[in-house]
Formats: sequence, C-alpha cells, structure tokens
Amino acid sequence: MTVYLDHAATTPILPEAAAAMTAQLGSVGNPNSLHASGRAARRVVEESRETVARVLGCRPGEVVFTSGGTEADNLAVKGLFWARAAEDPRRTRIISTAIEHHAVLDPLDWLAEEEGAEVVLTPVDALGRIDLEAFRASVESDPESVALVSVMWANNEVGTVQPIAEVVAIAHEHGIPVHTDAVQAVGQIPVDFAASGVDAMTLTGHKLGGPYGVGALLLRREVQLTALLHGGGQERDVRSGTIDAPAIAGFATACELAVKHQPELAIRLAELRDRLVREVQEVVPEAAYNGDPVSAVDHRLPGNAHLTFPGCEGDSLLMLLDARGVECSTGSACNAGVPQPSHVLLAMGCSDEQARASLRFSLGHTSTESDVHALVEAIGPVVERARAAGLASRSLG
Amino acid sequence: MRVLAAMSGGVDSAVAAARAAEAGHDVTGIHLALSRNPKSYRTGARGCCTIEDANDARRAADAIGIPFYVWDLSDQFHEAVVEDFLAEYAGGRTPNPCLRCNEKIKFAAVLEKGLALGFDAVATGHYAQLRTAADGTVEMHRAVDAGKDQSYVLGVLTQEQLAHSLFPLGDSPKSQVREEAARRGLQVAAKPDSHDICFISDGDTGGWLADKLDDVNRGGAIVDSASGEVLGTHEGSWRYTVGQRKGLRLGVPAGDGRPRYVLDIEPVSGTVTVGPREALTVTALDCIRPLWCGAAPDAPLECTVQLRAHGDEHRAVVVPTSEGFGVSLRDPATGIAPGQACVVYDGTRVVGSGTITKTARA
Repeated sequence: MTVYLDHAATTPILPEAAAAMTAQLGSVGNPNSLHASGRAARRVVEESRETVARVLGCRPGEVVFTSGGTEADNLAVKGLFWARAAEDPRRTRIISTAIEHHAVLDPLDWLAEEEGAEVVLTPVDALGRIDLEAFRASVESDPESVALVSVMWANNEVGTVQPIAEVVAIAHEHGIPVHTDAVQAVGQIPVDFAASGVDAMTLTGHKLGGPYGVGALLLRREVQLTALLHGGGQERDVRSGTIDAPAIAGFATACELAVKHQPELAIRLAELRDRLVREVQEVVPEAAYNGDPVSAVDHRLPGNAHLTFPGCEGDSLLMLLDARGVECSTGSACNAGVPQPSHVLLAMGCSDEQARASLRFSLGHTSTESDVHALVEAIGPVVERARAAGLASRSLG
Repeated sequence: MRVLAAMSGGVDSAVAAARAAEAGHDVTGIHLALSRNPKSYRTGARGCCTIEDANDARRAADAIGIPFYVWDLSDQFHEAVVEDFLAEYAGGRTPNPCLRCNEKIKFAAVLEKGLALGFDAVATGHYAQLRTAADGTVEMHRAVDAGKDQSYVLGVLTQEQLAHSLFPLGDSPKSQVREEAARRGLQVAAKPDSHDICFISDGDTGGWLADKLDDVNRGGAIVDSASGEVLGTHEGSWRYTVGQRKGLRLGVPAGDGRPRYVLDIEPVSGTVTVGPREALTVTALDCIRPLWCGAAPDAPLECTVQLRAHGDEHRAVVVPTSEGFGVSLRDPATGIAPGQACVVYDGTRVVGSGTITKTARA
C-alpha cells in the first residue's frame, strides 16, 4: 500500500469536485456562445466564479480563471510589471523574496534579462520568513521606482507563512501593488483576499482537492494588467482562451469544500504533523526540523514537515522510502530530474550539504495516523542505509 | 539479486535492464546525470547526458516496469573524467575518457553507492561476458559480437568490481539486441549508437580542447626527427596526437617528399617531433597504473594486447615491473600514444590493463 506524504506536490481530488467536473464534461456549450447551450455553460462558470469569490473574500469580477498556478504567477508578475511600467517608465524595480516558487522567480529572471527589470530578492531569516526591515529598506530606498511586490503567502518547501499584512502595509504606503502566490495556503490556513489587502493572488486547483490544469488569479478590480494571452477577450480581456467550464466547476467545488473544512483540517493535520516530526526525531534524534517550529496557522502550514537528515543524501532517502511504499519529496526537482540544492534552504542559511540532506513530508485531506506510523517504521533503517551511501560517495573524493 | 541498471537512454542499456528484470532480479533503473547543465553536453543521437536521453531512459524503465531515478554524478564526473581528460591532453598524452568513466564512475561511484544502499550489482549495456571460474573468481571475456566487443573499455575493472557487475548483452549480436528492443516495445529500438565523447557537445574535440586549454597553451617548435631541424611552430602541443598526419601545416616539404607524421610530443618544452611513417612503428611499451581483473601476473606472460578501442590484437609478452608492466610486441603497432590504455588478454579473457607511458621503436 502506498503511503502518500506529498500533498504539497498535488493532493487527491475531492469526490465532489470530480463529480462536478465530470457532470460538465458531458455537456456541450462554449460559455461565450449566445445560444441556450452556451448560456448553460456560462451559468456554470459564473456560479463557479461566485463560489470562488465568496469563499476567498473577493468579488466575482475579481476572479480571473487560468490554467493553474504557473500561469497565474506569470500573468501577475509580467502583467503588473508591464502595466505599471507603461504608466510610468521609472518603475523598473520588482521586489520579491529569495524563497519564491520558480513560477515567480523564473519570470522575474526573464524580466530582468529581457525587459530591463531590476529584481530585488529580499532575504529571509533562518525560519524562512521575509526580513521585513530589509524589505522596508528596499521599498523606501526609492519607492517611485517599484513596479510591484511579489511575496508568497506560505512557502511550498518549508511551510513558513509570510507576514503578508505587514508586506502589504509597507507597499501600500507608497501605492505599490502586491501579488502573492497562495497556492499552498488555501485549504490549509485561513485566506481572505479582501482582508489581506493584496492586489493579486495566485490559486491552483490540484493543490486544494480540485482538478489539474485550472487555477485563478484573484485581481483587484481597479488594478490594470497587461495580458499574456491575446485572443477572444475572455476573463476581463486579461486571459483569452475558451473557458474551461468542466475544470472550473471542479475547481470551484474544491475551493468551497477546502475553505469550509480548513479549520478542522488544520487542527487535525497540525497534530499529525507534530506527531510525525516528534516520532521521526525519536528514531533519528539528529534529524533537524526546518522552518518555523511554532504550529500556529500564522506561522507554518499545518501539513508541512521538513527535515534534514545529516550525512544522508535526500535522493537516496527518497529512493529507499519509495521502495518501501512511502512517497515524499526532496523539495525541488528540475526538468531533467537532477536534484539541485533547494534555493529556499540556501536562502535560510543552510549549507549545500544540509540542503541536499533534506526531505519534505506534506500531509493533506486523506492523511491518516497509519501514514505517519508507516513513515516512522521505515525511517530508521532508511536513514542508516542512506548514511552509509553518503559516506561511500564522500570517500571517493 | 537487487540490481541497479545504469540506463543511458540508449538501446543497449535498456535491453540490458529488461534482461536483468526478466532473469528475476529486483531491478531499479538509474540514469546518471553527468553535467550540471544538461544542455551543455551533446544533444541529438547520442547515448547519454541530455534531458532527452534521460527521458528515453525513463520511458524504457516504464516499459520494463521498474522504478527509475536520476542520480547526479556531475561533480564526480567532472573531477574524475573531464578534468583528467584535460590534464592528460595538457600533458601530451591521449586519454580514453570512457575507460576512466567505467573505472571511476560507473563501477566505482555508482557501484559503491549502490552497495551501500542495499543493491548487489550494477548492470550495464556493455558488450562483454562474465564467467565464474572453478575457483570462484569472476572472469571477463570478449563479447560474442566481435564488432561490438567492449571488453577493452572495461579492462580497468578489478575482481571486486567484476564480482558486482552484470553485462546481460555479452552473448548477443547487436542486431539481435535491436530486434529484442523492438519486440519488447522499447521506443529506443532504432536510436542510433553513440560514438563520440559525451561531454563534448558538438563532437569537435580539437575545438573543445582549444577552448579549455587556452590558458595552458604551450606553443613550441615542430622538429624533424632525423635532422633535428625546426620545421615550424605550433600553438599548443595538445592539438597533436601521435600518428597524426593532417593539420601539421609545415611549409617545408620533407627531403624525400613523403608525408610526415607526429612521432612524439614533449609537453614541457612543447616540442612536437615529426618524421616518416615507418618511425611510428612501436615494438615495446611501458605501462603504469596496472589494474588486474584477477591475480597479477608474477612472471612473463605470453598474451595478446589491444591498444585502442576496437583496435587490433597484437601478440605480446607482458613482463611485470615495479611501476606496472612492460610489453614486447611480437606484432608491431603504429601510432601508439602515451595515455592510451593497453588491455591484456589471454585468449578471450581480459587479464588486466595499464596506461601506456612510453613507447619504444624498432
């Protein structure tokens, strides 16, 4: 039996979401068509938009459906940069953090290389939380030159929740729009778009019990954005492309349930996670718990456990656990499957070696005590073997 | 046995993995990532190192039904193979990086890590045969398909390494391996073989060396072997290989009008000596860094030697020395460069190998 401890990569679809999606898959109708079938599809999309808006604290008109988190991040970062620079060419700076997901970092790199953007990556502390003083100093050094700020709501690797309210307060003092990637946060911790004050927020379906290939950018109504995709003018003319009614129906159903069950899930997962960390450390006392040790939802994602096993290589640990049916992640992987030391851990001050010796276990709505038990049973011999292999590799010198 | 199958993304290693799994072993496929920047290594129809090759290997593992991982050996590969390759060329020698990779990476770094992780053996798609002798030692023999035989590049493996190796293709001709790949539904069945050096992306070894060895560029004189006359100058002795005829760009024709060949490279002074073809004939060799597949010979050994990949066999007598071994060639060889490996055979059996340091001419 498979023990799935990689919910931060993707979490199983909720049966209700799958049902909502499959119900629509059998119906014809382009939501932009004017006839009855088109209207029926459009109704499903607009009801879904209203559902997403209601549960996440925005207006329906502020929901821009996308193909997922990466597109929403690209749309926010590039779209805001272009629109703000078009208004005032002095706005060339983008302030972000060193621990963003690649769906933000890589567009930033691209803007720096191709579009003359000056990207400032704010450092984080040893727990993976943005250094607010450094952030403030960056903003205030020349607020007129800042096109946008992008700071993730919660980190995908170590689970550290960022002080978004403070980030927004500092940026808004100078009228700078703030984007946040909340892909990992929704369903795990409370997220309210309007209350947070952010101007743009990225969501994705498959991390909260919805289908793959659908997500949204929540975008404050008055914020101008340059489109990435041009065509039929759907989604406020910001995101052209035939609207995917079945995926959106599944996504909205999942959003609603994820937000509804979030409080109880957070309590259950935090307990399970704390137990996972405690029991793994009982077996492997030298295992270091990375990220914020405080369990509260404004400190750490309840489903996230990130551990460093000194002397081991993460990919050896992963392989050995996989062979025992326990599935987890080394935190980041590139296309070729060549593990690079995590930029998040390096930004937190870990050495290359520590970063490579780490594993992320992430829990979600289907996680149980028996999952944790299976990991705890397996981890002792696995660490022992991986350590021997680590020594074997080092002795080659 | 628990077997690690090293899968390059080519047809041979895919079939080797499939055969190991079919033989009842518990097989895990691994692809070795040898470059930190996979795009920098050769792309296209080659056997390893590119993202496409990693994907081909992954798809083969899917078809066989075995787990698959990518192991990052880029640091070890750079240090043990690429840097060694450069240092050898800079030193006026002609190395074979495939032997080095087998010695230091595939049957060392990978094998040691695999053993520590609980595996019993490494399987590769090399064409060579392993046989267990009556006394329990593992012997390596040439492959059945003489055209594909790769025992030469495996001549660096010791008894300990051979005891943990599997070469499932050694008894098969290549054509049969391709047919089998197609029959097994492996997408790589028709993928062309790799021939070039995997870390030189465009196959231009000279250009690659020029780029890397620019800082240690040792210009020097091109000297005639008979007269001692300086015939010209060059811009780096590593641009030349013993036996090379083309690209010498000597303005002065030889006295007898016959072509001249590189006979010797002196890396310290940078002097490149050229002379007539017959002066390339080598009758004896000195070898260092001996690696024996089993017990080291302690007396002169009547044997054959092979001096380059897919090269001819030469009858020879190998005599152990304090540094390694000396070789008297009963069948002379031509164009032998220091740095090349001399692999010693007793019939089809590989006895061991050494690195040529010195050649003696008739």
